[in-house]
Amino acid sequence: MSGGAVVATELEQLDIRQHSPKGGGSTEAKAVGTSRWTPYALLTPGFLWLAIFFVVPTIVLFFTSLYVGSLDQGYSFSFPGEWSTYVTAIQQYWPQFVRSFVFAGLATVFCLLLAYPLAYFIAFRSGRWKAAMLVLVIAPFFTSFLIRTLAWRTILADDSIVVRTMNTLHITDVLNALGLTEPGRVLNTPLAVVLGLTYNFLPFMVLPLYASLDRMDPRLVEAAQDLYSTPWTAFRKVTWRLSMPGVVAGTLLTFIPAAGDYINAELLGTPKVSMIGNVIQDQFFVVTDYPTASALSVMLMAVIVVMVMVYVRKAGTEELV
Amino acid sequence: MSTTPRGADLRIVNITKRFGDFVAVDDLTLTIPSGSFFALLGPSGCGKTTTLRMVAGLEEPTAGAILIGDEDVTWNKPYKRPVNTVFQSYALFPHLDIYENVAFGLKRQGKKDIASQVDAMLELTELTGLARRKPQQLSGGQQQRVALARALINEPQVLLLDEPLGALDLKLRRQMQLELKRIQTEVGLTFVHVTHDQEEAMTMADTIAVMNAGRVEQMGAPTDLYENPMTTFVANFLGQSNFFDGEIVERAGGYAVVDVRGQRVGVPESRVHSAGSSVHVGVRPEKLRIQFLDDAQVADGENRLEATITDSSFIGVSTQYLVDTVWGQELTVFSQNIARDARLANGARVLLTWAPDHTFALDAAQDVDAGVEIDEDAVAPDPVGAAS
Repeated sequence: MSGGAVVATELEQLDIRQHSPKGGGSTEAKAVGTSRWTPYALLTPGFLWLAIFFVVPTIVLFFTSLYVGSLDQGYSFSFPGEWSTYVTAIQQYWPQFVRSFVFAGLATVFCLLLAYPLAYFIAFRSGRWKAAMLVLVIAPFFTSFLIRTLAWRTILADDSIVVRTMNTLHITDVLNALGLTEPGRVLNTPLAVVLGLTYNFLPFMVLPLYASLDRMDPRLVEAAQDLYSTPWTAFRKVTWRLSMPGVVAGTLLTFIPAAGDYINAELLGTPKVSMIGNVIQDQFFVVTDYPTASALSVMLMAVIVVMVMVYVRKAGTEELV
Repeated sequence: MSTTPRGADLRIVNITKRFGDFVAVDDLTLTIPSGSFFALLGPSGCGKTTTLRMVAGLEEPTAGAILIGDEDVTWNKPYKRPVNTVFQSYALFPHLDIYENVAFGLKRQGKKDIASQVDAMLELTELTGLARRKPQQLSGGQQQRVALARALINEPQVLLLDEPLGALDLKLRRQMQLELKRIQTEVGLTFVHVTHDQEEAMTMADTIAVMNAGRVEQMGAPTDLYENPMTTFVANFLGQSNFFDGEIVERAGGYAVVDVRGQRVGVPESRVHSAGSSVHVGVRPEKLRIQFLDDAQVADGENRLEATITDSSFIGVSTQYLVDTVWGQELTVFSQNIARDARLANGARVLLTWAPDHTFALDAAQDVDAGVEIDEDAVAPDPVGAAS
């Protein structure tokens, strides 16, 4: 998963941003017995790991996307490379690109709406059940990602209680009008894919939100109410603002992997609602058109990096604490 | 009462607060006159903070009413009360700078002319020039002043201070005590101050209510509470006290005479707080005069007691003696270092004398050790402070 490394580096930046006001530490007194090379020595394993398993593969991926040739004659790289692969890939697969980002965006919004109240409850109201509730949040990871996603096929099957209830209450009618489902069914529709993404990435939203809310002094809300804030204003002006690091981290951890995901679209959708991840998987393993698959991967990474940079910069102006 | 009261009377009427089976505040009734600096003093868990939180609206009383002026605010939401709080450890908004912290309340009320009011308040609290700093960039004393400014700027009818100086070191605390007193005099608002620090309460407040187990033990001016305590809890919690058991044997001329193991001890009638004749006779350590027994001079009518020095500690402004009475009870004596008698060493036989007017007598049914070092957070007994 190339997306994972991108998240990691972005989070590191975020982290630096959060702590820099308190002093970076470079000017602080050195501990006794540490040589000036110690920090570099400690960084070396991480740097090597990133170099071997992230930087090199990314470069290889990029050059693969510029290969000239065909499957029958074999691929090779010759300067300046076959850039037209990018043009044809965009022309052919832009709907999947758009769909990926729309689905990932919807899943991120749903995750935030579900996770925020949950994280808030765990941080402030769960009392002695706090540890147990946190374990429950990550409990789904004990089961395979595939099995959990397959289980949603049963939950969303046409004759399942959920879908029948939705039909009886005419919820599906509303969703049909929005283009999210098909008449009378949820499985193999956009909604099913978005629900699957939401479900699978929910813990990645809950945990950072919980971490930032748990750090917050609940008396700040009391202070805000004492200073003439209604509960809603106190939430907007204090709680929400102080949870921004969690919101940013959570949305990144949800959006980035969701945009590149193909399992949910594969198991809960149809080719009609396939995402860019499905196309890449198809190009690599079925069509074996490596240049196109690589070009799509490079573009996916580039778009995500640009979106994340814009997003973090915008959220960053809120003065993360 | 202040001459130009800007605040309002705060009336707490029969307030009770229960948390499950635990009664935090037990049928408490208090009237705090407008413009006064009022302290609720007591050990942790005595219900003082709960009382404050009920006034602020952060806690709902189980029974009773809270009135500010003539308005019943018992069930008003915190943001609908003319009350502001200086929180323990301040609860400043870490994501806002000092200016925004101080302006917070005015903005929520949609007030006009905020900038000039904030500037004036920062000047009053000596924070000018720090407006664009973040709270975590300030020292403890500065943060404390921001918390005060943030509350004061709203000109509440009642300002609540919850252990406002608890996080500061001793020297800074002394300085802030005087500062708070100055600001209160300047703005003339009603201040209600919650603390477990008896010295802090006595320095700042004009009226102190000593709370214990959800009830007010005694209320009055600091000197009244100190000189004329009505319960052993008050006598021990405010400063230190020596107690002897005795029986009232005679009442004449405004004085009660108490027999303490054959020794006659005079107590003013106004300082006898006992239903029966069995009493704990109390006297503060700094009221005792300690003299070498052989050539001791005793004024007419003074109470006296023989004892033996077992320990003495030189503290600078005073010397603290531990002495044993004839019957083996340990007493504490603080003696100002005016003219030190070299013969007052361990083992020396001494005579303790003190004026009857410095004596009090409390009901013997009470625990004589009530209120002694009940709070582990409290500063260790400080003879200099206690004697002042």
